Amino acid sequence: MRRLWRWILVAFVWRAAREEEPGEERPPRIVPDGAPSPRAELVVVALLGLAALSAVAFIAVYAFDRIPDQTQYLGIALGCAFGFLAAALIVAAHHLVVTEELEEEYGRPHPGEADRVARVVTESGGRLRRRRLLAGAAGVATTAIGLAAIVPAASLGPIYNLGRFTRTPWRRGRRLVDQNGRPIRAAEIHPAELFTAYPEHADPEQLGAPVVLVKLEPDQLHLPPGRKGWAADGIVAYSKICTHAGCAIGLYRTPLFPPVDKPPGLVCPCHYSTFDPETGGTVVYGPAGRALPQLPLTIDGSGNLRAAGNFSGPVGPSWWGVRNRRVSS
Amino acid sequence: MIERTTRTLDERSHTAPFGFKALRYIFPDHWSFLLGEIALYCFIVLVATGTYLALFFDPSTAQTVYHGSYAPLNGAHMTEAYRSTVRLSLDVKAGLLIRQTHHWAADVFVAAIALHLMRIVFTGAFRKPRELTYYIGLTILGLALLEGYLGYSLVDDLLSGMGLAIGYGVALSIPLVGANLAALVWGGPFPGDPAFWSRMYIAHVFLLPILIATLIALHLFLVSSLHHTQFRGGRKTEKRLVGVPSFPGQAPRSLGLMFAVFAALFLLGGLVQINPIWIWGPYHVADSTNGAQPDWYLGWLIGALRLMPSFDVVIAGRTLVPNPFWGGALLPTAVFGGLFVWPALERRFTRDRHPHNLLDRPRDAPRRTAFATAVLTFLFIVFVAGSADRAYVLMGWSYATQIDVYRVGVFVVPVVSYWLAHRICVELLRNERVEASRHAAELEAEQAAGGG
Ligand code: FES
Repeated sequence: MRRLWRWILVAFVWRAAREEEPGEERPPRIVPDGAPSPRAELVVVALLGLAALSAVAFIAVYAFDRIPDQTQYLGIALGCAFGFLAAALIVAAHHLVVTEELEEEYGRPHPGEADRVARVVTESGGRLRRRRLLAGAAGVATTAIGLAAIVPAASLGPIYNLGRFTRTPWRRGRRLVDQNGRPIRAAEIHPAELFTAYPEHADPEQLGAPVVLVKLEPDQLHLPPGRKGWAADGIVAYSKICTHAGCAIGLYRTPLFPPVDKPPGLVCPCHYSTFDPETGGTVVYGPAGRALPQLPLTIDGSGNLRAAGNFSGPVGPSWWGVRNRRVSS
Repeated sequence: MIERTTRTLDERSHTAPFGFKALRYIFPDHWSFLLGEIALYCFIVLVATGTYLALFFDPSTAQTVYHGSYAPLNGAHMTEAYRSTVRLSLDVKAGLLIRQTHHWAADVFVAAIALHLMRIVFTGAFRKPRELTYYIGLTILGLALLEGYLGYSLVDDLLSGMGLAIGYGVALSIPLVGANLAALVWGGPFPGDPAFWSRMYIAHVFLLPILIATLIALHLFLVSSLHHTQFRGGRKTEKRLVGVPSFPGQAPRSLGLMFAVFAALFLLGGLVQINPIWIWGPYHVADSTNGAQPDWYLGWLIGALRLMPSFDVVIAGRTLVPNPFWGGALLPTAVFGGLFVWPALERRFTRDRHPHNLLDRPRDAPRRTAFATAVLTFLFIVFVAGSADRAYVLMGWSYATQIDVYRVGVFVVPVVSYWLAHRICVELLRNERVEASRHAAELEAEQAAGGG
């Protein structure tokens, strides 16, 4: 037992002596010391605990199969987890980490180094005699190869063939159907209502397909010259695609008190271009720069609406050729 | 133990000097320097949540009929893209939280970049030697707008379809080549080839994020290599930088901010509904709805499209400039172009070619501040014009009257705000000079009294 004590004592003295050894001086601190703050440490521990609890709560909420407002609880739990973590870090930043203010010179440009870089480049070309010629040839080669690399991008779309921009599925005699493919009878179209119709047996998901139908009193109609007979029993049809930027016409403004109200208008909800169905789809308000293309209508023997031809012009937003090209079927 | 780790690492990488420099890198302290950091943390959330979404989203235009847990859509025709988004929102556990957080993060990302840009402009931080950093930042902002638009468009709900239609209209409106360009991008006339969806998808989840991440890295590299700018005061000079070291001083603050951003975004994602696409329904070419609003950062473009009066520029029967060009293509080009040439213009006008490490307070450069204020008010009015229909619904103000007012205001208010901002800056500076001279006089008087 005494021996043990002796050993312990010897070890202790040896350690103490070692710690005070003069040759082993610690280097000066880099980060300055500061006063401890046990309270803040406890706060940080508490906040970290809360963060952990919230994360566990997230897992627990997730584990439930289906509970009402699960998304909200998940969001609160995850938000709290990160929020408590953030709070812990901010408390630590303010109370547990020394605040130092360091100084430093801003860097400067290195003109000497930059010049040496330039010299390496120029001197590397020391053996070249026909510099111009070489640079030209390299330029030509790079351009050609660059072009060769870019050109296949033309496969992305019909870049030159713009025929599809003026093609629509409408032609003389094609029946108008509703979204379920059922033919539309002229008698179903009532005044002050907006109907959407599609060409029978054609893809409805193309700009040239959908038309709007409205029924007007015959004396209201003032269609442009050359469109005589384009209305069928007061029913007129226009492309449903706004000529401004391609949204679908969605609203039909009809006057409640015709003598005092604005005239009827087909309105696009995107930027509120408004087109007048009485005068051939001309723009009466909003940014659109072109009238809505009109589709000529007839009524066949069984009372169904049919197209009497194609649109008065290309449908959809304007582009370079939109006014000087005709539509085709 | 820590020493062992650092030594082991250094023996295998020889990077201890770099590590020391990184730990003691100096951050000048000012709240407005945190805006860029917020953007960075949003980007992290975007990548993380976006990856999760990509595990469920199917970017396909294949037509299907919906049969699922959301009864109102049962039997509706839609694309796989839309169906998979409805499913991941309503049937995948935590899916809606992640989707909404992703959307919120995108909105906050662009907002943080925009505020950061304002800070940079109003304090003259873009001046030599930091022009490259500034150009890269602007490019990131442009790409972020495009990235957001694509993300919103991919879903193929009714609103995103209308947004795409407008994008198509704007592409068509580019003089001469618009239709060729649109044909190339969409693979034909709207709604385009099914491959268009693959194109948007690869751009949204791969090309643009990689590009943005690379530019962020480059941006941060330049920031650290040139060091931060700082406001005048104390021992700070053009030559001497004063601030907190990245470790231990700055690290807990920055990490704290990061987790605070995460917390805010997930709380928003969980509690504040955004873009409930199952309510909008699927897009069809013939469908549209009233009161559609894009994400905030595209509001200025909608406003500009709405403010333009009705005309196409037609020459000899050819449509040279279709209407959407002005608001949809020219305005953003002009704004970004103007921001890109700003540093060069300012160098020319002020004949100031010196490097600057000290920031201006907005008042220190009255003309710059006034001009930036004028541009901001212009954009703000255009932005407000984009929500004129909402104001009509909420307030009952006539839409047409509002548009007329904005059409005038968009020219008048910026002029007024230029004058006002300039005036305020000059007055503040004059006050400071008066204060300073009074202070000096008092000191002198005190000294005289003390001496006598
Ligand atoms: S798309 Fe119809 S008004 Fe702009």
